[in-house]
Amino acid sequence: MSRASSPTAIEPRWPRGIRPIRLGGLSVRMQLRAWMVSAVVVIMALGVGAYSLTVGTAGYPIGDVLAALGGHADAVTTRVVVEWRLPRVVFALLGGAALAIGGAVFQSITRNPLGSPDIIGFSSGAYTGALLVALFWTGSAVGTSAGALAGGVLTGLAVYLLAYRRGVSGMRIIVVGIGISMLLGAFNTWILTTMRLEQAISAASWGAGSLTDIAWPHVLPLAIGLVIGLPLTLLLSADMTMLEMGDDIGRGLGVRAEPLRMALLLLGIVLVALVTASAGPIAFVALAAPQLAVRVMRTSGVQIVPSAAMGALLLTASDLIARTVIAPAQLPVGVVTLCLGGGYLVWLLASFGRKGRT
Amino acid sequence: MTGIVDSPGLHARELSAGYGERCIIDELSIGIPDGSFTVIIGPNGCGKSTLLRSLARLIRPSGGQVVIDGRDVAEFGAKELARRIGLLPQTSTAPEGISVIDLVSRGRHPHQGPFRRWSAADERAVADALHRTRLTDMSTRIVDELSGGQRQRVWIAMALAQETPLLLLDEPTTYLDIAHQIDVLDLCTRLHREGRTLVAVLHDINQAARYASHLIVMKQGRVLAEGAPSEIVTAELIDEVFGVGVRVIDDPETATPLIVPRAPGIDYPKKEENT
Repeated sequence: MSRASSPTAIEPRWPRGIRPIRLGGLSVRMQLRAWMVSAVVVIMALGVGAYSLTVGTAGYPIGDVLAALGGHADAVTTRVVVEWRLPRVVFALLGGAALAIGGAVFQSITRNPLGSPDIIGFSSGAYTGALLVALFWTGSAVGTSAGALAGGVLTGLAVYLLAYRRGVSGMRIIVVGIGISMLLGAFNTWILTTMRLEQAISAASWGAGSLTDIAWPHVLPLAIGLVIGLPLTLLLSADMTMLEMGDDIGRGLGVRAEPLRMALLLLGIVLVALVTASAGPIAFVALAAPQLAVRVMRTSGVQIVPSAAMGALLLTASDLIARTVIAPAQLPVGVVTLCLGGGYLVWLLASFGRKGRT
Repeated sequence: MTGIVDSPGLHARELSAGYGERCIIDELSIGIPDGSFTVIIGPNGCGKSTLLRSLARLIRPSGGQVVIDGRDVAEFGAKELARRIGLLPQTSTAPEGISVIDLVSRGRHPHQGPFRRWSAADERAVADALHRTRLTDMSTRIVDELSGGQRQRVWIAMALAQETPLLLLDEPTTYLDIAHQIDVLDLCTRLHREGRTLVAVLHDINQAARYASHLIVMKQGRVLAEGAPSEIVTAELIDEVFGVGVRVIDDPETATPLIVPRAPGIDYPKKEENT
């Protein structure tokens, strides 16, 4: 039996912008467009971030900012730029990326662009956790973070278990998640009404998602999480892509469906939780970034690195708007992402309907 | 090409399987002859898909075992098994906007590692799979825009790129019009002649009898008959399995058995009346 290439087999053509690259044991099919656009988006995000350092109540020209970063500026400039603005910008860059990776993972698992952590109850759960901690224990930042982490992770677990029936299906996760999200939303409103006024105001502003109070201690755990989480997600992303075509096809191609889903879900939840714990539930970045990346970079299906780049740009730009649009007052960044994302969601649902997809 | 074993020797020993509590196949033993084009037929709900899915390890058996290369499939690693058995399931979703060649390339997944994503062997296997399914000229087309029959060829090409000695197809002709059904079955025959072992679940008894080299007839989770179509397809068997009275005649094209349902006492519209 001969199964070698028949002599008549001619080289098929590839779509433009895909190149095979081989270096020793390493070989990939390079998606040129996706990588190039990702690089441009990262540069744009860094640019917006750099510009953010120069604006605020006290505007500093770029020269002063560079001097402050280099350690040559006066004490006030250094404090404002390096201690106050820089951690916020870095958090926006990393946090946007983390939210987007979480969103991409969730959307891939549920095979649905609506399958993002904010839709399926994670954000409401984190908020519930933070509220309960504030109500019964302490209103401190650490307490809020811990409560949010616990609340988010527990909600994620609850959704997974409730949706589990000999494996989980994407639609069940979304439907169960929306149900739990509404339940928790009602519960959260009820808790807010029972709180003292100043307590309720601070809880509500956290609940909107804000980067106002971000400082270096908030950045560190997020950075560590990304350094570990991003490579792990990338390592699993090939299997993840196979599973998008259906459980049967995926398993036929040698993917262990259920363990993979568990691992990815856990990674997604931890990445989103690290942002939420410090900044509160920031709406829609996880939902919109992966889908925007798909459309701009014309990849088939969500991809990790393009999503991360888009998320970083989205959150950094949103935070810049939040800081400047009603200056000197500041909006919570969650309000800006909610406005941007809400419009996007309407458009997404409308185009869904037109295609007649379910 | 590595990993191709010429005698897969796929068989099931006293296999029981089902979904949850409900047992669909019960202590079933069959062998898939090496190099055969085996077709499984039977009424709806007789367990033919369950059998195929158990053979592919998509269902964990509640009893008995499936053996390939002399080993229980349960012992295989996920990718290891995927290098031996290619699978065309009933339902699969093509990612939005994916090109034909991109989708076919995904069949190489079981041969790839985290850093070896596109070897020379991958490239050759994909070119070969496209060629065999006559998709080379359509390689850059978007899968969503193809016809149902072309799309089915793309999925088969993906399974071919997997380069497995065994190919399992779960109702590959369902939802296709007659031209595309024949297209897919002819393709299966070509692959069979090239030396692959194929196992397919089909609905059409006449197509099964025409294309299969080995036929497995199932009813209520049991195998009622097994063998070459010309030896086992009789009016009695069809009546027993499907509860339909038929006449079995020779297919004028291939001399394989052809079943014609009987028409007792029903006033069928007559041709002459259509004026």
